[in-house]
Amino acid sequence: MFTLIGRRLVQLVPTLFLVSVLIFSLQHLLPGDPALVMAGEEATPEVVEQIRKRYNLDKPLPVQYVHWIGGVLQGDLGESMRLRLPVGQLILQKLPVTLQLAFMAMAIALLIGIPAGVISAVKRGTATDHAVNVFALAGISTPNFWLGIMLILLFAVKLGWLPASGYVSPFVDVQRSLATTILPAIVLGTAIAGVIMRHMRSAMLQALDSDYVRTARAKGLHERTVVWKHAVRNAITPVITLGALEFGTLLSGAVLTEQIFSIPGFGKLIVDAVFNRDYAVVQGVVLITAATYILMNLLADLGYILANPRLRT
Amino acid sequence: MSAATEPATVSGAGSHDHLVDSPRRRVWRRLKARPAALVALCVVVVIVLAALLAPLLAPYDPTQQSWTAVRQAPSWQHWFGTDEVGRDVFSRVLYGARASLAAGVVSIVIAVIFGVPLGLLAGYVGGWVDAALSRLTDAMLAIPFLILAIALAAFLGPNLTNAMIAIGISATPIFIRLTRGQVLTVKAEDYVEAARAVGNPGWRIALRHILPNVLPPLLVQVTLTIAAAVIAEASLSFLGLGQQPPMPSWGSMLNSAQRFLSNAPWMAIYPGMAIFLTVLSFNVLGDGLRDALDPRAK
Repeated sequence: MFTLIGRRLVQLVPTLFLVSVLIFSLQHLLPGDPALVMAGEEATPEVVEQIRKRYNLDKPLPVQYVHWIGGVLQGDLGESMRLRLPVGQLILQKLPVTLQLAFMAMAIALLIGIPAGVISAVKRGTATDHAVNVFALAGISTPNFWLGIMLILLFAVKLGWLPASGYVSPFVDVQRSLATTILPAIVLGTAIAGVIMRHMRSAMLQALDSDYVRTARAKGLHERTVVWKHAVRNAITPVITLGALEFGTLLSGAVLTEQIFSIPGFGKLIVDAVFNRDYAVVQGVVLITAATYILMNLLADLGYILANPRLRT
Repeated sequence: MSAATEPATVSGAGSHDHLVDSPRRRVWRRLKARPAALVALCVVVVIVLAALLAPLLAPYDPTQQSWTAVRQAPSWQHWFGTDEVGRDVFSRVLYGARASLAAGVVSIVIAVIFGVPLGLLAGYVGGWVDAALSRLTDAMLAIPFLILAIALAAFLGPNLTNAMIAIGISATPIFIRLTRGQVLTVKAEDYVEAARAVGNPGWRIALRHILPNVLPPLLVQVTLTIAAAVIAEASLSFLGLGQQPPMPSWGSMLNSAQRFLSNAPWMAIYPGMAIFLTVLSFNVLGDGLRDALDPRAK
């Protein structure tokens, strides 16, 4: 097991290096002189020169990379050109909002996806199975920003039950925090619920076809016990680890969802940065997203190894 | 259980039909047996035709503003209503299909042109080439699809062409990984060994013997990636990083619709339905193709 984990960690080093090179290269996609573009059209030559010096743009590319990654490794992700604040500080401010949304969305996805997958597998080939599959596919195919707009139309505009936009921290008012985040969490959660349902269904079909389920049935156990105590318990672990991989989808989805519901999170930070040509913030957000995704991937792998006794030895 | 009983049900004349079936006809026969996939294929054809024939089908110029017809509800004159500057929503939805499908097709072409040869190279050559390409793929896949597309579109500049390039680049690693995996499976087959034994050069084996056998899963991936690309284009246009005004795109239509939800909800309903229907159709078609191309299926 330790060799497996060690090998996985060693493999991460070149991946992380290449991710950093990719993100560093982004600023060189800018058409023309990056210093000029970063400074803006109205900047004086002195300001442009200052930016060139500050970001080491006057030095060769490998040297620029070493300076940049050196800073990143010490927690310095650069400074926001617009807000004059360290990028790391901005990300730390916004990340908890997105994480709250992501956890709520994941809870919704698991609450819908797991029972739906179990029912679909148990009722394999029936109308219920087909209906659940159609709902899963519809969930995956619905653009989340459209679903967000439709939910605002129904629950905020027509029924007036929930606010259309805004955000309240749970540390200020739990009830209002829930009211402002429930719609975006549903929007983010439904897309992932479809994916989880599909994984759960296939894991359950495999479990229901296994020897231990056959033995449990042969012992005369009640079907409900066989399904929930034997099959689900075995099928659920890989599904939860696979769910961790959906974290990337959650972060991508958060970009649009936070924009629609005016939630001041991670996603809104990158969109605002894009439009204000605040490139250091864009790079910082992409870097943190990639690092989080790699970490979740690693945790999913470890979870899988720990859950699977054959890999543990 | 099923494997033991099912072949027995395929007997008589039917089994002879299977023997003379060409692979293409077999896939078509299996696809036809899946009504959902067939309906999805029809919807895809209708959407493609609507995009191609938009100038003939659209009752109005999609960019023509009319201050006397601002935010009108759907009627016989304007089937999907009008928008905030009096443009016909139906005509804009038809023209919007062009941006969405163009994004789907162009980004797939980019992803396939780069992804398939690199995947073939990684899988066939192996060694350090494989290791380097695999790590590059891992690195690209570590950045979520839409976030990478947004970052690329932001740095390349906001317009539809750059959005399509960004989506294409973001989709490339999926094709590298898929092709590589398929090549590794196919490489060990007897017919590849035989081709190597009779002295065929490596490039010939890769192109003539391996590539045709990795095409079926690639076709499924193409269909599913078009669905993802349509959503990505709509998302980028919604954020203002794709199609620029006044030309319509489903994503940008939804962006402006957001401000008029209470008094003109039709501005949001129809473009969203168009995205949903297109993406759903490609996803159902992809699922159907996967089943039809599965050698274990009948």
